[in-house]
Amino acid sequence: MNLNALTIHQAQDLLRRGEISSLQLTEAVLAQIESLDESIHAFVTVTAAEARAQAQAADARLAQDGVAAPPLLGIPAAIKDVVSTKGVRTTCSSRMLEDYVPPYDATVMEKLNAQGIVLVGKTNMDEFAMGSSTEHSAFFTTRNPWDRERVPGGSSGGSAAAVAADQAIFALGSDTGGSIRQPAALCGVVGMKPTYGRVSRYGLVAFASSLDQIGPFTKDVTDCAIVLEAICGHDPRDATSAPNPVPNWPEALKQDVRGLRLGVPREYFGAGIDPEVEQAVRTAIDQLAGLGVAVEDVSLPHTDHALATYYIIAPAEASANLARYDGIRYGYAAQDAETMWDAYSRTRGQGFGSEVKRRILVGTHALSSGYYDAYYLKAQKVRTLIAADFQEAFERVDAIVCPTSATVAFKIGERIDDPISMYLSDLYTLPGNVAGLPGVSQPCGLVQGLPVGLQFIGKPYDESTLLRLAYAYEQVSGKSYKPALSQGAPH
Amino acid sequence: METTVAEKYRTVIGLEFHVQLLTESKMFCRCSAQYAANPPNTVVCPVCLGLPGALPVINEKVIECIVMTGMALNCNIPEFAKFDRKNYPYPDLPKGYQISQYDLPFCVAGSLELDEEDGGRTIGITRVHQEEDTAKSTHVTAPSGERYSLVDFNRSGVPLMEVVTEPDVASPEEAAALGRKLRQIVRYLGISTGNMEDGAMRCDANISVWPADAPTGNIKVEVKNMNSFRAVERALFFEQERQTRILESGADTRVTETRGWVETTGETVSQRIKEAAHDYRYFPEPDLPPLQLTQDWIETVRASLPELPAAKKQRFMAEYDLSAYDAGLLTQSRDLAAYFEAASDRAKNAKAVANWMSRNLLRRLNESDTEITECRISPEALAEMITLIESGEISNRMAQEVFDQMFDTGKSAPAIVKEQGLAQISDESELEGIVAQVIAENPAAVQDFNQGKKRAIGFLVGQVMKATRGKANPGIVNQKLQEQLRQS
Repeated sequence: MNLNALTIHQAQDLLRRGEISSLQLTEAVLAQIESLDESIHAFVTVTAAEARAQAQAADARLAQDGVAAPPLLGIPAAIKDVVSTKGVRTTCSSRMLEDYVPPYDATVMEKLNAQGIVLVGKTNMDEFAMGSSTEHSAFFTTRNPWDRERVPGGSSGGSAAAVAADQAIFALGSDTGGSIRQPAALCGVVGMKPTYGRVSRYGLVAFASSLDQIGPFTKDVTDCAIVLEAICGHDPRDATSAPNPVPNWPEALKQDVRGLRLGVPREYFGAGIDPEVEQAVRTAIDQLAGLGVAVEDVSLPHTDHALATYYIIAPAEASANLARYDGIRYGYAAQDAETMWDAYSRTRGQGFGSEVKRRILVGTHALSSGYYDAYYLKAQKVRTLIAADFQEAFERVDAIVCPTSATVAFKIGERIDDPISMYLSDLYTLPGNVAGLPGVSQPCGLVQGLPVGLQFIGKPYDESTLLRLAYAYEQVSGKSYKPALSQGAPH
Repeated sequence: METTVAEKYRTVIGLEFHVQLLTESKMFCRCSAQYAANPPNTVVCPVCLGLPGALPVINEKVIECIVMTGMALNCNIPEFAKFDRKNYPYPDLPKGYQISQYDLPFCVAGSLELDEEDGGRTIGITRVHQEEDTAKSTHVTAPSGERYSLVDFNRSGVPLMEVVTEPDVASPEEAAALGRKLRQIVRYLGISTGNMEDGAMRCDANISVWPADAPTGNIKVEVKNMNSFRAVERALFFEQERQTRILESGADTRVTETRGWVETTGETVSQRIKEAAHDYRYFPEPDLPPLQLTQDWIETVRASLPELPAAKKQRFMAEYDLSAYDAGLLTQSRDLAAYFEAASDRAKNAKAVANWMSRNLLRRLNESDTEITECRISPEALAEMITLIESGEISNRMAQEVFDQMFDTGKSAPAIVKEQGLAQISDESELEGIVAQVIAENPAAVQDFNQGKKRAIGFLVGQVMKATRGKANPGIVNQKLQEQLRQS
């Protein structure tokens, strides 16, 4: 058996029983990275030496703690390169931060390190999390392990691909408009965006502050619950972090789903959806109905406006969040400037990629005097309407079910020159961010040999119901989704 | 009658004050706010350095300070307030935006009444809001001629309070008086040192001069770099004169601009012409949820307000029967007022305490650049000295000497009197002998007196004083002289 193919709960069991060591597990994961990443390109940085040291420390602690060991002790993980890791460079896949080594850990890293995870590396992404394919990485495009001519989705494509290709036991990503769920769908893994406020954003390099949320990529739903429990909780260093207590999700997910009410939003099955994707999702819904889940149609009438709303609010916040990259204290600094303003414009002109610049320009415009009311203010108002749509639906149903993405993984280069078609990749995910709601994606079938994502969207702080539904579906479908991981030619 | 130049024009001034708050930690992180004594870039953390991923968390103490100030300035305290991002790039602004407050500040629509001696007008306070200080840039020219700038982030994120007045201020004198009044209030509240010299309090002024009979136009000049209230007054006076001269010339060539005050030359010089209003692209700070201040909290803060200068002055006038001038003088600071009250309680003669403080103590403190809190004469000691005067143990004249020694040495009045034998001679038989001797030794003066030159008695009193080294009780001396001269 390939140790690197284990889930967290499987590995945990073997570790606690002393049948494997964390070092063995880590070596298996590092070997997979070594043999496959030339063709997948999931990692920006591989921290092999540190990983081995952490694994050895984990083994020592395991020997002491035994069954009392924390659930993630000794488990190799990959972290999206947007999460600040002390002493390990955090690039956001941008030239701007290519050599930036943070002096501090994000809160999620503190939590994971306290449990004793093994960090195997930092994963590729669209630059500053802006994109849906990793093609906007300043370094390279990550390949979909199911078909290396295709994108893994984005922006957390590296994390999704790493988990799909067994190059990590689990990974963290960040989701601003679908950046966890869409790549999870396209790579056939489980990905969850928790409720806004569930996970501390302290140390998450900001793209759009009111939308960003960190979440897990895992091989199954049980693992998702384990990681979620590990990273959630109130953080006094993040004023938007919620004080809500953290449930015992690994227990909660096993609860029966009979009697739960599931809403199918008609707006999410309209024009643009791949009929085979729709078919796979509807089949999954039927299987859930077979378990005693009540299914009914619901309407989210402002769905049409979600994309426009998102593409005003997110760039507006980004335009301010990315203003700090001026080359003065850290990061890329143009060397050929004569004056201060020249240094600013050259540093930013050379340090940012085109998609980042596009969004900074859009956001700057949307906040400009004379345009603020028409764009930013209007978008904030529509945002409340979109949230109200969900609220109304949740008076009738416990969760919403829909596709994660309208299509399976698209070809590299297919949408790169057409921002709008790229933005449409997130049509079913970004309303959840706009409304601050939790959402989970899991595989529910293959279309042309590529995985399809099934998405559940829940009430605020009701991750429990989402996990129950996802777990129930996983059990009833009885399928697991693994790409054929031949080494392939290096890309 | 011809109108003078001064009558032909009116001056419109609005002021903006930035006040550094005396909190323990910075506005949005736990770094110490007492940054100044530390080497550059040592009082910093990911938050105040604007590192990727760092987030601000509100220091609640700051909100309390600002709301207290707002209450002292008669502002409304809305229950709902929020923070906004003010976007502009500069190397001393690590995030590329400053967290400030735009349309929903903590305090709005207040007023501040100036003292009678400063004209007594009431100036509108537009708002009091919070923002964070920037880092400090130092521009350097190396001996090689190379020019560069150094940035010290110790100051980055130190809490600042901004107080904005309505354009109600009508003269440079009024502007300075308003600034002093505000400084007095923040010092009373104990929320800032209010020192202009070290930048703990900064003042920018918008000024424009208009014909008295014409409406206010839309040109204004912002004056910066004033490091004292004296400088505020001088700079605005210079600017008032400069603008008046331009208007007198017949062609209004003024532009909206920022001008810097140069202390050494006593002039303002143009720094920046404002082509258009700067677009700061304010928007609500997404990292900080809006604040809902409860009525309970607001009332708790109100209840914690100390007695403010205006109220204290009124009370001193009523309770201690002081003149407006003395009451104003003694309520300059909380410490001074507390000293006065402590001394008065002990001496049972508030007027005497007020006189000694205003005529002697304040002068000596001033001359020696000493704070009242460091004064070597305790309020109890001053009271004790005054009691000695009232009981006749020392004369007022001797008391001057005693007071000065108390101020210099910190010794008590009785100790000084005893050590140096300064007690007043009030013993009638002893004085009768000395008077007799003086009369005997000064026949010419006695003759003058007898011939009707009544003023000659002054000379004789002086002689008695001289003989007693000033210790004779002057009332008794006078009485004895009169008696003995009549008998002679």
